[in-house]
Amino acid sequence: MSIDWMNFTPYASLAGGVLIGIATAMFALFNGRIAGISGIVGGLLRPRNGDIGWRVAFVAGLIAAPLLYRVFGDLPEIRIDTGWVTLAAAGLIVGVGTRYGSGCTSGHGVCGLARLTPRSLVATLSFMAAGFATVFVVRHLLGA
Amino acid sequence: MNIFFAFASGLVFGLGLIVAGMANPAKVLAFLDLAGAWDPSLAFVMGGAIAVGLLAFAILKGRSTSLLGLPLQLPTARIIDRRLIGGSTLFGIGWGLAGVCPGPAVVLIGAGVGKGIAFVVAMLVGMAGFELVERSKARRTSFGQPQASIPAVTE
Repeated sequence: MSIDWMNFTPYASLAGGVLIGIATAMFALFNGRIAGISGIVGGLLRPRNGDIGWRVAFVAGLIAAPLLYRVFGDLPEIRIDTGWVTLAAAGLIVGVGTRYGSGCTSGHGVCGLARLTPRSLVATLSFMAAGFATVFVVRHLLGA
Repeated sequence: MNIFFAFASGLVFGLGLIVAGMANPAKVLAFLDLAGAWDPSLAFVMGGAIAVGLLAFAILKGRSTSLLGLPLQLPTARIIDRRLIGGSTLFGIGWGLAGVCPGPAVVLIGAGVGKGIAFVVAMLVGMAGFELVERSKARRTSFGQPQASIPAVTE
């Protein structure tokens, strides 16, 4: 293992993490809910009365974030080297997987771990391990 | 009021993802590439977020309503089963293929990234497929009566 010191951004990443934590805290403390993005988005596909507005508002906030960021400066680099077909397959798998697993990086990885639930710990270890393994296979075994 | 805080939470969440570098799929893949030139930055994202989250959920412990008086709707499922592990593993595979998870995917829409929008469309198709399967399963088990067998509150 070699660490990529050139691109290592501990302070920015920690600051971003704290912001995510503040958002999660705000949502839990005021709205009484988990800021789990796959659950919030997925719930839009299962519409119930009175259960739509807050979901749309949260998603609108996420979409507005880069627009607000742009008011103050250029967005940091966004690079996607993955091809369109792989990207579509990945999106499909992420959609199915997060709904069956009841959560993603935010719901299990941040909220669940912060709530110290064993269920989310198992989920987080599962998707982290699968993520590490997939990149290893794609980059080092298949050599893409 | 809860609509306002939902929007504000989404906004701050999205800004956090951008500042953290999580909105850049190449950086996420560099974090997942242990055997390559590893960029450990994203471990700091989780560390920072969980530290603040711990405080919030500690405050809510034992309460049944939020500070606005809304009912707390935190997940109560405790079961660790194939569904949880299989679904999460599947998610991890998709995450490893593109370096995109649901939060950053939505942020990429606002950033006007075409591939991000395509990812979200594919993700919605996957989620809709899940809904259809679950709904037909619920219909079969309840002999024609529509029934929500799926927990209302998920992570």
